[in-house]
Amino acid sequence: MRFWHKAIAITWKDTLSEIRTREIIFSVLVFTLLVIVIFNFAFGTSQEMMALVAPGMLWVTFAFAGVLSLNRSFILEKEEGCLEGLMVSPISREAIYVGKMLGSLLFMLIIEAIALPIFAFLFNLPILSLQIVIITVLTTVGFVAVGTLFSALAVNTKAREMVLSILFLPIVAPIIICAVKASDSALSGEPWSSLFPWLRIIGAFDAIFLVVSFLIFAYVIEE
Amino acid sequence: MERPGSTSQAWAIEIQGLTKSFSNKLALNGLDLEVSQGESVVIFGPNGAGKTTLIKVLATIMNPTSGTVLVDGLNVKHNAEEIRGRIGVVTHRTFLYSNLTAYENLEFYSRMYDVSGRKKRIHEVVAMVGMTSRLYDRVGTLSRGMQQRLSIARSLLHKPAIMLLDEPETGLDQQAIPMLWNALETEGERKRTIILTTHNLERGLEMGDRLLILNKGKIVYQGSRQALDLAGLKEAYQHSMRVRV
Repeated sequence: MRFWHKAIAITWKDTLSEIRTREIIFSVLVFTLLVIVIFNFAFGTSQEMMALVAPGMLWVTFAFAGVLSLNRSFILEKEEGCLEGLMVSPISREAIYVGKMLGSLLFMLIIEAIALPIFAFLFNLPILSLQIVIITVLTTVGFVAVGTLFSALAVNTKAREMVLSILFLPIVAPIIICAVKASDSALSGEPWSSLFPWLRIIGAFDAIFLVVSFLIFAYVIEE
Repeated sequence: MERPGSTSQAWAIEIQGLTKSFSNKLALNGLDLEVSQGESVVIFGPNGAGKTTLIKVLATIMNPTSGTVLVDGLNVKHNAEEIRGRIGVVTHRTFLYSNLTAYENLEFYSRMYDVSGRKKRIHEVVAMVGMTSRLYDRVGTLSRGMQQRLSIARSLLHKPAIMLLDEPETGLDQQAIPMLWNALETEGERKRTIILTTHNLERGLEMGDRLLILNKGKIVYQGSRQALDLAGLKEAYQHSMRVRV
């Protein structure tokens, strides 16, 4: 119980800090909207073309927006040695991981919740469906689970943005590919049964990387 | 090193053969040190002498490469989380979130330390450091000295038995230091054990029961304040500075 109490306190602290500054949500949202608009102009008004490229565009946008968001997550902790402040508190490293992960997940889901309707409006595609929502939530969980780990790893390096992208994107490539394929099926109006193989892989990725990241976070964060 | 008539249980801190290395560099080199309950030990030394590394090992942020380190009778390798609940740490960095108010920061840390009666305790520690009037201001709007006072309040929230202070006087106005030192040293009847690292020789002489000089990861001088050989201390201090340069 103490574990969750402390993890949620970290999430709440990150949320409160974000409400005050809006640094992550604002910068990532501007980036996301810009990419959507640019893609919209690039691919013109052909509905067939849109349907073909939309799943890839959607996940390229979310992947890069996610990297931007995750980069910010631990930078806040480096300010005035706050990460060290957490490290000298009687809290398990795993609770720090869960707290930071839940905060990043919340921010990503808020950004996606704003971006998806805009995407649907500009591309005139049935994006606001239960299928797409489930794919988005499941993929984001796996994405953030790995991203929080790598964000903690990268924060102590000089070129942290580059390090995060180089290390993180190859690891999450499989889940992004699955999300693209599942989204393609969903946007084509295929039944649930055609989505399940992809959702199973995404679910397995989530489970494996949540457990692995949870277990090795302590080694990553220790000096 | 063990004092006559004492037992190992009496030590607040007990270090035997502590070594800490980074790649090929030896930051602490076979360090031995015992600190009694309620004793204040001031550690001097040039930059790179190993002072901060020693504090980090005691604070369980870093694992020793070899040797035994007991804090309040607990081993830093096996009981790190329990030790963290018994120590307070103040460094030149405040560990405070600039976007949150002083109260929100202290409430957050009191949750981390499972402090009971949080609201009352926050008001108590803030009063101890003379920051009551700025409790609901954002930390980012406070001066450096005020942030450092708040950092001291943060470290006192859970009534730690042992204080680890790594150059804590950063930004503090000189008049406030004795008042803050008093808050750090005692609470009620209880005198805390203090390990303080500083470059300020005069301040250290005022504050410590025992004075140490660390150089190249080794203790090169130690003596109690009562039986202080000031000339010897100054010579050892200046020598360690010269050796470093």
